[in-house]
Amino acid sequence: MLPTPSTSHVNFNRVYEPAEDSFLLLDTLSASSEIKFLSERFKTSPPPLIMEVGSGSGVVLAFVAAHANHIFGRSDSMFLSSDLNVFACHSTSNTVLKAIDSASSLGEKRSLFLNSLNADLLSCLKANSVDVLIFNPPYVPTSEVPERKASLFPDPVNEAPVSFDDESHFLSLSYAGGVDGMEVTNRLLEDLPRVLHRAHGVAYILLCAQNRPREVQSHVKAWGPSWEVEIVSSSGKKAGWEKLVVLRVSRAG
Amino acid sequence: MKLLTLNFVSCARKACKSSTSSFPLHPRDAELELVEMEFNPQFLQNMLPKLEWEALQIICNELALPTLPSSTPAASDLFESGGEGSSPAQPTQVARDLHKLLLETTIREGLLVCSNCGHEYAIKEGIANFLLPPHLV
Repeated sequence: MLPTPSTSHVNFNRVYEPAEDSFLLLDTLSASSEIKFLSERFKTSPPPLIMEVGSGSGVVLAFVAAHANHIFGRSDSMFLSSDLNVFACHSTSNTVLKAIDSASSLGEKRSLFLNSLNADLLSCLKANSVDVLIFNPPYVPTSEVPERKASLFPDPVNEAPVSFDDESHFLSLSYAGGVDGMEVTNRLLEDLPRVLHRAHGVAYILLCAQNRPREVQSHVKAWGPSWEVEIVSSSGKKAGWEKLVVLRVSRAG
Repeated sequence: MKLLTLNFVSCARKACKSSTSSFPLHPRDAELELVEMEFNPQFLQNMLPKLEWEALQIICNELALPTLPSSTPAASDLFESGGEGSSPAQPTQVARDLHKLLLETTIREGLLVCSNCGHEYAIKEGIANFLLPPHLV
């Protein structure tokens, strides 16, 4: 078992706290089958760009960055994140840098963390730029996705007071997925062919049972023969009912 | 925000995606800071094929940083052509300059401007805000 990065510095009143879904992603990305898949895929490519969308506390990206040598079989990967919540951007940055420091003190080569971007999904990414995408979406079915408050540009540096309403708003953005819990994930899927590297791009997307993962799988398959999509892990199995799954979407190259 | 990050981002507006002038984003009123990073010449060498050199030249120019060579350096420009010895090749000044530019030079405060639509994205405390007001989404 590879150690889980520390997130003790994160204010969980404003940023999603690592939970079962986060840990399923950690387990998936460090499973021997995925290590084999990823190190094979990035054996001879230029340094891969690994991007987490909606990185929250940063625990997942920090884990992958700290153990990148192990997972990708190389030590020159680059890491980038985006989140709508500016507090999450700062948390991710802290969590990833701390995890890289602590791995380095244990003798690991340092991974390169580029930046946290305060952005909506992949909107500011250049075409063909992301090699590995990780997404733990707001997947809970709700009547609607909360509208992002345009006025909400808090100043985390000066610790400007943030109201309880604003904090609740940030937390609701982290879980509320609208109809079928798929509204946000569908927007990401729509932009995926543009951003995911056309030769070796691969995306890990977490889904819950109510998202109907099999339907999502068929939807992506319908993009054409250059796309592969597989459910690579699951958790919370109850009477054959998988509560959470990780979908791996990849370009066949 | 590291200058290397600018190699991967473009204007967030949908309407700009098809325009070549939405990349690179242009720094304006930038307050730069040097953040020391571990020097890894092998990383730079592996990165060369991924660098958008023309974009980097434009950005350097706009930040009034030293002018870059007119084309992407070759891998052989990053290491001294050693003698017969078996000691590992020494990195060149070109490699050190590239390291400083891509990985150590950061924009702490300032703006990133799209030359297609003119939209300005603010950078605060090193974090760029790419969220668009509802009427531009």
